[in-house]
Amino acid sequence: MKKTGMIAFIVVFCVLALLPFAANAVSPKAPLELDYNTPAINMLEEHKCIEDTEFMKSSHMQLLDQWRNDVVRNGDIVYTATDGTRYEKSLDDTCLACHSNPEDFCDRCHTYEGVEPFCWDCHNSFGLWREDANNEALWQDYVSQVEGGQQ
Amino acid sequence: MTAQQHSERSLTRRNFVKAGAIACASGLFALNGCTLEEVKHSQLESDFKGIESKQYGLAINVSMLDALGGQEFIDTIIAACHSYHNVPQIDDPKHSIDWIWTQSYEEAFSDIASTYVDEKTASYAYPVMCNHCTDPQCVRVCPTQTTFKRPDGIVMMDYHRCIGCRFCMSACPYGARNLNFMDPRPYVDKATMNPGYPTRSKGVVEKCTLCYELIDQGSVPVCVQAAYGCITFGDLTDENSEIRQVLAQAFSIRRRVELGTGPNVYYIFDDSALYTNAFTGGEGTLFEEDLLEGGE
Repeated sequence: MKKTGMIAFIVVFCVLALLPFAANAVSPKAPLELDYNTPAINMLEEHKCIEDTEFMKSSHMQLLDQWRNDVVRNGDIVYTATDGTRYEKSLDDTCLACHSNPEDFCDRCHTYEGVEPFCWDCHNSFGLWREDANNEALWQDYVSQVEGGQQ
Repeated sequence: MTAQQHSERSLTRRNFVKAGAIACASGLFALNGCTLEEVKHSQLESDFKGIESKQYGLAINVSMLDALGGQEFIDTIIAACHSYHNVPQIDDPKHSIDWIWTQSYEEAFSDIASTYVDEKTASYAYPVMCNHCTDPQCVRVCPTQTTFKRPDGIVMMDYHRCIGCRFCMSACPYGARNLNFMDPRPYVDKATMNPGYPTRSKGVVEKCTLCYELIDQGSVPVCVQAAYGCITFGDLTDENSEIRQVLAQAFSIRRRVELGTGPNVYYIFDDSALYTNAFTGGEGTLFEEDLLEGGE
């Protein structure tokens, strides 16, 4: 009697523990689709982030953490990418300049993976910047202003 | 049940230990697949040499600020700073946040203000802010190293680390720090805000950072840019710097020096520029009205 009770408990425990895996095997999550359709990305000749996609996918959080400490604590503001291009270490001015749709890019993946970084508490002030950047006409104005200022 | 039967049915101590060891080993092996690989990428290393050792400071010419419009003119400087840094405009004095604000002579210099001070000195408006002290008490008390002294003398804030304990606010003798008691974003004016600059969040202390981001880019602080030469910025340890030249030529005071924190914001009393050719264009003395028009 004692023995059968024990076996029943083990079986029930195993079934419960494996249930999430079984559920995933039967109906896996819909594959994640990120939105790369922003004016700045569309204007790029080669659709490439500052580093290769594999590195950005796996290690963007370490990169951003490093940037944060570099800029805020060490005054180190220039990032030299593997291909030699130099970028400003800035979430607002570099990352979000291209990924001006963080709700369809950053947030979508973070929600999918169940992580909640608190970048937007301070950065991406009001999303005003992205509203402008997603507006094609305003974006063109901005680009011509910047180009005009450089000449 | 005899002792003999009992030992046949159940685990001996020896077998129990063995089974435990095997279970632990297999568990460790299984968990090994779950740990993240440590990222070792050359891109996370930087060849930046670090900030040069200096002591940045400001020299504020209150006589010239007064000549250019006094409180009215200083308000434009404050507005430039606050809109650049997305400082919330909260009317309730219990919650208000300021990076620069003005005080009277008696308030700003309570330790040295004499009873019978001359009318001119007493009438000036004195812009006050973080003094970027040489020996900052806020840095000494901060439990999380949120606020720290950069090698170039800026007393810096790393808002990411602030836990809102307000020790620094108690320690600062100048009242230069404010806590965000509520989410500051609704109080930032959307019309004048700087979308490229972050805001702060609730429960974080903020103050003037001497525009470290502009200094790192080789520029000067916003207040200096907005002050038409009334505020001089520079390295106080370099005797050839502009700020040292300015300080060498005029009478200046600092706030609450006796406390030993070594404030690095100097207040200069020097209106001689009003009578020089540089300001008048070689046409004699300029009146205040003309200066005001020129300033706008």
